[in-house]
Amino acid sequence: MSGLPMIQYDVVVIGGGPAGMAAAVKAKELGLNVLLLDDNEYLGGILPQCIHPGFGIHYFKEELTGPEFAYRLTKRALELGVDYYTAARVLEIKNYSDLEKVVIFSSPKGAFEVWTKTIIYAAGARERHAFEIGIVGDRGAGIYTAGEAQTLMDIYGIMPGREIVIVGSGDVGLIMARRFALEGAKVKAVIELMPYPGGLARNIMILKDFDIPLYLSHKVVEVKGKNRVERVKVIKVDENLNEIPGTEFWIECDTVVISAGLIPSVKLLTNIGAEIDPATGGPIVNDLFETTIPGIFAAGNTVLINDLVDYVAEQGELAAYGAKLFIENGGIPTKHWIRLRKGENVRLLIPHYLSGERDVFIYARVKRPMENVEVRFPEIGKRLRLPVVKPAEMLRLKLRKEDIAKAKDGITMEVVPL
Amino acid sequence: MTSRVYRFTCIVCPLGCTLEVEMDGDKIKEVKGYTCPRGREWAIEEVMNPKRVVMSVVKVRNGKLPTVSVKTAEPVPKARIPELMKFLAKLEVEGPIRVGQTIAEFEGIKIVATREA
Repeated sequence: MSGLPMIQYDVVVIGGGPAGMAAAVKAKELGLNVLLLDDNEYLGGILPQCIHPGFGIHYFKEELTGPEFAYRLTKRALELGVDYYTAARVLEIKNYSDLEKVVIFSSPKGAFEVWTKTIIYAAGARERHAFEIGIVGDRGAGIYTAGEAQTLMDIYGIMPGREIVIVGSGDVGLIMARRFALEGAKVKAVIELMPYPGGLARNIMILKDFDIPLYLSHKVVEVKGKNRVERVKVIKVDENLNEIPGTEFWIECDTVVISAGLIPSVKLLTNIGAEIDPATGGPIVNDLFETTIPGIFAAGNTVLINDLVDYVAEQGELAAYGAKLFIENGGIPTKHWIRLRKGENVRLLIPHYLSGERDVFIYARVKRPMENVEVRFPEIGKRLRLPVVKPAEMLRLKLRKEDIAKAKDGITMEVVPL
Repeated sequence: MTSRVYRFTCIVCPLGCTLEVEMDGDKIKEVKGYTCPRGREWAIEEVMNPKRVVMSVVKVRNGKLPTVSVKTAEPVPKARIPELMKFLAKLEVEGPIRVGQTIAEFEGIKIVATREA
């Protein structure tokens, strides 16, 4: 006993972004008693700062901006009377038994100890920073992650700089390139390590719209500028990503924006021993998004980095359904789990375990781009043709329970040329 | 008459088809690479009169946050965007603002709030 005020719930959802909010809403709709916790001042996760469109095409059957998507989920949660705390920091999770778990959090209203039957962990992801991608040199003002720059501009209305170099051509980097250009900043270059762009094809169009040069197979290796960024050193890399001596050049700029990918936030999960998949960086999950700790579910970017918020919300709903099933049965009533394995040209996939008792969506990414391919699940004889696969574009494929049930102990997914 | 080929990626949906529009002077000769009629239509418009829905933020007085996110209610001709951005940069509105509220108009195009403020 910690001596803190005690409250009791069926499910505590950690994270008020799209995965957590969709989970909380669904759990409430399923009749569960829900508490939603978020460490930010407002609900919505990163969505309120993502003012561009492209959200909700699958989930709401309508194209929305990030703030609009967040607003719809928040409105629904409030209508249903979901209990929630913002500015609430979860300090610890304890797992006493299958239906006895504790979440300890602090908030402006005080610290609380919550007893709950299940937990849905939807803590999202963090951005990779300059240290992680090998940028050395001065540490003057003007070095931001894309999300930091976005928060400054689109929540607080502050321009982070005037002459900008963006490191990484993923969707976040490309979208920020457009925002800077629209707001009158000069985007001097987008630097991409890989020989192909990291973002969705539709976002590559942004560079054409604003005549922004894209350097593929290049990396930023050094930043100069003691008080404020003054210039960055760029170098070409070969096919093994090794720097090619003699190809260095400098770009003058006052701001460097790092958009080099996201890392799932899993600290509280690993603290209690949940198993992590090194390929996704997130927890190992079954087809209800339950982690390897019974009754603790996960959803959204904490499980794997998604391209579309629609998938994140879909995973949140599934986890809520899992929590309901878990509470009703004192555990997930599955006798035999079937392992889903990675085969040829599959970099990562989830869920890791399938029950064969329900249809599932498989989310996967390939290792390298390929045209005219077949996705195969040889153990169950399922095949699917696709015109093109790219590492930047997540595959989402449905497997029917009848098909899954044909497998004895494992199913392999492979992507092979036709 | 000079023949020119424009190549770009379709942004109508996340599929991202590679489109090719062949022009003969100022006339469209052929459109290739589309997989749906919307894509074909967009490709022609993209060459003849490119437009975009524009998103930005506008300053808010006495709001929940210092800015409110906005979008144009309809696509704006690309050539007009720099002027629209200057117009939005000068704008300041009074909170509270509801989602979906029209907060201003630019040449007859409504500027709609996408966030509460």
